[in-house]
Amino acid sequence: MTKVPADLQYTKSHEWVRQLQNGAAEVGITDHAQSALGDLVFVEVPDVGRTLRAGDACAVVESVKAASDVYSPVAGKVTASNAALASQPELLNQDPYGAGWLFRLDTGASSDAAGLMSAAAYANFLADESK
Amino acid sequence: MGLKTPLHDVHVLQGAKIVDFGGWDMPLHYGSQIEEHHAVRRDAGMFDVSHMAIVDLHGARVREFLRFLLANDVARLKSLGRALYSCMLLPNGGVIDDLIVYYLSDTWYRLVVNAGTRNKDLAWIRAHAADFAVAVSERQDLAMIAVQGPNARHKAASLLSPPQQSAVLDLKTFFGAEFGSWFVARTGYTGEDGFEIMIPAADAADVWHRLHAQGVKPAGLGARDTLRLEAGMNLYGNDMDENHHPLESGLSWTVAFEPPSREFIGRSALDEARRAGGPELVGLILEDRGVLRSHQKVMAAAAVSGAPAGEVTSGTFSPTLNRSIALARVPFPANAAVQVDIRGKLHAARIVKPPFVRHGKALIEIH
Repeated sequence: MTKVPADLQYTKSHEWVRQLQNGAAEVGITDHAQSALGDLVFVEVPDVGRTLRAGDACAVVESVKAASDVYSPVAGKVTASNAALASQPELLNQDPYGAGWLFRLDTGASSDAAGLMSAAAYANFLADESK
Repeated sequence: MGLKTPLHDVHVLQGAKIVDFGGWDMPLHYGSQIEEHHAVRRDAGMFDVSHMAIVDLHGARVREFLRFLLANDVARLKSLGRALYSCMLLPNGGVIDDLIVYYLSDTWYRLVVNAGTRNKDLAWIRAHAADFAVAVSERQDLAMIAVQGPNARHKAASLLSPPQQSAVLDLKTFFGAEFGSWFVARTGYTGEDGFEIMIPAADAADVWHRLHAQGVKPAGLGARDTLRLEAGMNLYGNDMDENHHPLESGLSWTVAFEPPSREFIGRSALDEARRAGGPELVGLILEDRGVLRSHQKVMAAAAVSGAPAGEVTSGTFSPTLNRSIALARVPFPANAAVQVDIRGKLHAARIVKPPFVRHGKALIEIH
């Protein structure tokens, strides 16, 4: 079964957001997304300092079969990106909610979570999608 | 719901991710495409290729028919069981399909053609066979399993009786023969040694399970694609099609221009194309990180704006080289250094001569 941790928020394009302290947020792709893509072989993460709007294409994950854009779930300024993925893209397959994180954002004081789904809503969304 | 091979239920039970391929429900992978790729390079893997069409041709004039139908010349087949790779062409030289033809008797040849082109191939073959009184029969009663890798032949042979084992292991490269209800050919699409085994459809699941018990790893279309591309082998629909002739598809070696007296479909177009020259299919290796994909533009390294560009026809990540590789059709095959446009950014790549990998060994130097 695909994993959907309860403490994260999700998008319809299969990104997850972890709200950290002081308006910081961590972003990655879901277990469902990594499973659908298959073995990942190349990951391009956004440069630190880049300002993103919600919905901006900001990272690329490529599996053997296809390239897929990653969209920022929330607006903010990139404060860190996961350098380990350059040499170990398979981390994204092995641990999509942990070692496979993509980047962190400073979302400012008000993290706008409008449009994001709870874990329960995302699980329902996946169930509907597979019908 | 697509067409299903006799092994479909086995794939599902073994956890395959099923995708559509030319109208067929086929396994993409059984968990990890890269592990399946390495299993074939290092040990033994098996692919269900029952979606491909097996077509038997019978008739007193079957050899004469095939010398007209195919761009390669079946007169090159001197011994029984010998196989030949060939294109089947339109009169304008466009490739209808690529196929393997086996010489089984003076009145019997067997073709194996691609799944996605099955219907148009059969229509084309039948349309011309009538003139030569050749009977065309599609062998839908047969399944086909490709067992590939350095240990593949021995593992597959162990399923046969002892006298059959030594005979099947004596098969030379690009030969096939019957062993009871099996037709075994020492051919493949991976750049490794191995067999392609045609068996009665009803026996397919049993043979698959017995191969599995010998340690042969099930592998899907994903690994099949990375293996064939490393081996520098074309994929129909990507690297050749009806809009491109064999000379611009890296397949000049499969066209028998000698003897000049042999008339085959597409000959005059190819004679003309040979005089005119044109783009060629080359290998590419990406120097930067990233992944080459079909339809990306390829430019000469010092290209000025508006200079003629080439195009990637097949691209992927090579698990053996840990780099991205591709086949590309380019107007400047002699250039060594080129650039490829990947999502709007130019990346350095190098033109190389395929194959990239053969028999488990890298043949291309990685800088």
